[in-house]
Amino acid sequence: MMGKMTVRELGDKLNLTAFCLPNPDAEVTGGYVGDLLSWVMGRAGEGQAWITIMSNRNVAAVAQLTEVACVILAEGVQPDSDLLTAAEAHGINLLGSARDSFTLAVELGKRNKE
Amino acid sequence: MDEKTHTFRYTVHGEDFLSAGEASMHAKRTLKELGYSSDLIRRVSVAMYEGEINMFIHAGGGEAKMEVGENEITVTLIDWGAGIPDVDMAMREGYSTATADIRSLGFGAGMGLPNMKRFADELTVSSTVGVGTKVVMRFAIRNKE
Repeated sequence: MMGKMTVRELGDKLNLTAFCLPNPDAEVTGGYVGDLLSWVMGRAGEGQAWITIMSNRNVAAVAQLTEVACVILAEGVQPDSDLLTAAEAHGINLLGSARDSFTLAVELGKRNKE
Repeated sequence: MDEKTHTFRYTVHGEDFLSAGEASMHAKRTLKELGYSSDLIRRVSVAMYEGEINMFIHAGGGEAKMEVGENEITVTLIDWGAGIPDVDMAMREGYSTATADIRSLGFGAGMGLPNMKRFADELTVSSTVGVGTKVVMRFAIRNKE
């Protein structure tokens, strides 16, 4: 299992861009990777860092419903303006990285052992 | 359902895909205020959100109702869309009739009804082609936090 780590700490360790960080002290308990929103909605768990390349307002809705700790947009994907607005309105931590989902997941997994 | 049942009604708009989720978000906040367990709230709101997305994609919107009783929460979704010709097929994971546009937004994976079935304690789908679809989901209230 993962040691205690906040979204802010994860962002620092993985050198993520913070697009919107209203809740930096949320604890990250694991990760989930997926772009099909229904799939993510059915499987992602509370407190996970959700890595995706999907960037539209529904991402904020799914993040809110699943209560993931944060959303990480991979591959340099920028949040579209609707997503950013929704994330700000609903208190969703939204970060990003130029790295791909696999690399981000590996790096997130490595933090388990630190 | 009993006398203590509280009923909440929502209109699910068919025009704006990006506004889908308003009903489930409201339901989620309501259930949180009422003090239900996070597991129950998650199951109800995710299942309802899938329903909203379905109504948007396939029916041009519809109506949602959440009834909160002493022992169970019932969510009823009604639309007047095209109807589902083969409900058994629609219940299969991965089966979808959604368009490429919808898929590009991250939906249309054929997980809507399967997810609803997974999260509800009981799911009933009745549909008539050309008339519409009614989905009823029941969630047992096991313990209040």
